[in-house]
Amino acid sequence: MAEKNTDPDAAALSQAEIDAEIAAIHGEYRAQRDAGGQVETNARLNFAPYRSSLLRHPTKSLHHADPEDIELYSPAFGHRDVSPLEADLTIQHNGEPIGERIIVTGRVVDGDGRAVAGQLVEMWQANAAGRYMHKRDQHPAPLDPNFTGVGRTLTGPNGEYSFTTIKPAPYPWKNHNNAWRSAHIHFSLFGTDFTQRIVTQMYFPGDPIFDLDPIYQSITDQAARDRLVATYDHSVSQHEWNTGYRWDIVLSGSNRTWAEQEEER
Amino acid sequence: MKLTPTPAQTVGPFFGYALPYAGGEALVDRSHPGAVRLHGTVYDGDGVPVPDALLEIWQPDEHGVISQQPGSLLRDGYTFTGWGRAAVDGVGHFSFTTVEPGSTGDGVAPYFLVTVFARGLMDRLFTRAYLPGDPATLEQDPLLSSVPADRRQTLITTRESDGSLRFDIHFQGADETVFLNYPNTPQFTGPVD
Repeated sequence: MAEKNTDPDAAALSQAEIDAEIAAIHGEYRAQRDAGGQVETNARLNFAPYRSSLLRHPTKSLHHADPEDIELYSPAFGHRDVSPLEADLTIQHNGEPIGERIIVTGRVVDGDGRAVAGQLVEMWQANAAGRYMHKRDQHPAPLDPNFTGVGRTLTGPNGEYSFTTIKPAPYPWKNHNNAWRSAHIHFSLFGTDFTQRIVTQMYFPGDPIFDLDPIYQSITDQAARDRLVATYDHSVSQHEWNTGYRWDIVLSGSNRTWAEQEEER
Repeated sequence: MKLTPTPAQTVGPFFGYALPYAGGEALVDRSHPGAVRLHGTVYDGDGVPVPDALLEIWQPDEHGVISQQPGSLLRDGYTFTGWGRAAVDGVGHFSFTTVEPGSTGDGVAPYFLVTVFARGLMDRLFTRAYLPGDPATLEQDPLLSSVPADRRQTLITTRESDGSLRFDIHFQGADETVFLNYPNTPQFTGPVD
């Protein structure tokens, strides 16, 4: 096999060639899983169809560490850090942003189902035309002077969060020729242990680009991929105001020894 | 674990207007008597600096105390919160101003917990940046002693002539940084050497 072009912006391959690479990796994964092998629940670090990963994934196994002191805690965030207004991305400017107004809401829990309360959730996204408010985004789609696309909030006592925003559009990128990203919102979360730290992306149900998107497909298992897709929730939609999406987030397992009272909190 | 964790996805190239914030890299002011610079460069598999990476550090204070004080995002200049965030610059370089972490117990070698995010990196990577310090203490550290000797140095900061601590990160190559995986924290590398 010819050596892969490691320039992440080369856009050298066709969608069909990328699709074939994805299909081969997924096929191999399903075969080993169905033969009793490991079920993959996370994205792969080494996933060649996502060209930017070629020179940026570890080539050696991760080294097992038993978490110590600092790793069993997370930084604390409070209302000094985050204003409640930061959860509404539609009120950050003088006018209304253009696009479909949505509420994205859900709960953050850890791997044992405990609510992650009072922790920081950050999110950022493209606007309704698929353009980021970032100087490196040169996609010739309009910027919206009334939409920055950055939000923050603290989770409530039951781990709940809610953002009011505009539905982002898909956008092109240079991974391969005619490459498009599924519409998504970036999320960044903290847990009770720093080892639960995660940055991920939330997707919208029924996106026609899912199968073509090597970032989404870097998760080899369909059940795991589905966990990044929000569901439309009509109870979150509001009369003549917004449509609603629900997306619950499960952090990895805490390695703390939990006291009973904390468990019940 | 009862529930399956939500998968990670890359931070992408466009986090620069969203995640970094003013003062993120300054856990203490430069005028703090114990202030130290922790800095380095992030390199890809060709040894080329990575211009779109983001680092976070999380550490105890100089006495080994883990802060649970809020205020990391809007620092008051006096409260040590123990956490910082810095994007690399155009030549892959990052820099934090902080204090050296104290030991959290007898014989425990002090370290900064370092988390790396980047375009091209599908999930965050964890590593530890140990203080240079006493070789005997470092040798006895449970984690360092479990790492093959020829890779151990990638986890230890270097003291520079001006007192700064240097910690370069290599995703691949002869000096590939040792990245860590914890219990109950599923990560999948895909094919490795």
